[in-house]
Amino acid sequence: MTDFENRSIISGIGQSQIGRRLYRTGIDLTVEAALEAIADAGLEVGDIDGIATYPGAGGGAGEAFSGPGTPQVQDALRLEVDWHSGGIEGAAQLAAIVNAMMAVGAGLATHVLVYRTVTEASAQGSGGRAGIGTGDGGGGGGAPPRMGGTLQWSIPFRAYSAANWLAMNAQRHFHEFGTTPEQMGQIAVNARRNAGLNDQAVYREPMTLDDYLDSRIITTPFRLFDCDAPVDGSTALIVSRADHVRNVDHPCARFEAVGTALRGRPSWDQFDDMTTMAARDAGAHLWERTDLTPADVDVAELYDGFSFLAMTWLEALGFCGKGESGPFIEGGSRIALEGELPLNTHGGQLSAGRLHGFGFVHEACLQLRGEAGERQVPDVAVAAVANGGGPIAGALLLTRDG
Amino acid sequence: MTQQPFRVLPALDDDNEFFWTSGADGRLRFMRCQVCGYYLHPPSPWCPECSGTEVAPEPVSGRGRVHSFTVNHQSWDGGSEPYAIVLVELEEQAGLRLTSNLVGGDLGVIEIGRKVRVVFEERDGIFFPLFELVPT
Repeated sequence: MTDFENRSIISGIGQSQIGRRLYRTGIDLTVEAALEAIADAGLEVGDIDGIATYPGAGGGAGEAFSGPGTPQVQDALRLEVDWHSGGIEGAAQLAAIVNAMMAVGAGLATHVLVYRTVTEASAQGSGGRAGIGTGDGGGGGGAPPRMGGTLQWSIPFRAYSAANWLAMNAQRHFHEFGTTPEQMGQIAVNARRNAGLNDQAVYREPMTLDDYLDSRIITTPFRLFDCDAPVDGSTALIVSRADHVRNVDHPCARFEAVGTALRGRPSWDQFDDMTTMAARDAGAHLWERTDLTPADVDVAELYDGFSFLAMTWLEALGFCGKGESGPFIEGGSRIALEGELPLNTHGGQLSAGRLHGFGFVHEACLQLRGEAGERQVPDVAVAAVANGGGPIAGALLLTRDG
Repeated sequence: MTQQPFRVLPALDDDNEFFWTSGADGRLRFMRCQVCGYYLHPPSPWCPECSGTEVAPEPVSGRGRVHSFTVNHQSWDGGSEPYAIVLVELEEQAGLRLTSNLVGGDLGVIEIGRKVRVVFEERDGIFFPLFELVPT
């Protein structure tokens, strides 16, 4: 690790109630997770002198996706902070954690509360899934919506969703490397199997590969079970100075390396290699910053907003060769809890629920601390975490400390 | 004539208006470096190939190949019929791509690598560059 990664640790973690339709507010869930994380770190609320989140309020994405911004959480907890930050641009959701590491490393803060909150399930329950058109073929009575910025290159062609954009990445991967639906389905089947051992997971009933293949097509080659499950919930963690005096009886998680690079064009459709996208750069950057190798990793918690993304991360982080993730996961035994690389041990976003990146960090910490219950992988010393898809990517390598 | 699907329109500005209105004369245009000839998409004022800063829209052939595609079945906009989203790489330059729709053909015959050509669908003065398969 470098001196930068060495300066901070994850001293505590917390998670709110998680569910499909909780109808609790974002701030309510966030405070629950934050108080748990602060107590888990052996701290008092008054010890927190920094706060960070992804993506923060005010970005126009809506509160169900964004959660409460840092001013709202700071105020609810009456924090007196020396540093605060929220933002959507950076190394995926992990940018909030890397920002906190930088603040701690630079001496601007000692204990930073970092959180990610979503209430997307309740939002869909209240208003239905957000529609775009009117279905009358012409925009109805009102003026049609107008789209500027980067989305003008996809939305006017009815490519509305990341599902559509990433399906084309997957299709290209299938074309170049012979990847099959039966291979990709192992990501979903593995996630469901692990979720069965996680009582916080939202989908726990068993799923077979046939169940997966029978699920309806969303946008080829993606089926329903390739898409993650919106939930309500908040995940919080405390990034602390590594040399603070600890008052806890559990191990902490040390940062071995971050992967924040973005070297290709930051574009969904102009990126040079459609089969890797930005995960390639973040993955390469991660290994440039450590003497550890992929063979040292005990568990991999890799973003699966769509199942295909976990495959791209397996390749980008060097767990298999470029284009080889299909054969790597074929049959599912290699990525199972008892396999050589246990993957998404809590059920991922596909089955545990779309906590949007931070669920993977939480699970990595539980595994490193030996607190993952029935799904605990023995003797986890090194955990890889990845967030993001398409032109958005960030990665962390965590190690057990204490 | 079949009914046109719902479409969100682009918000026009000084940089993109040429692109979205280009089809009025049946030609597809991209911003191009006037020094070295490199196409710049999305439109931008600086050429990463030669550092040139003189750029202007220029027509292209409108021909390319399917770099990737997806057949969408989810009803995002109220439409109920599956439709094809394609990523087309234009023949003029490796990596010069457009996300678009494939129209006028059987969704079952789309394949990566197939040759396509541009066709335009006009709505309120916007000319959407769509693509159709070139018969083999």
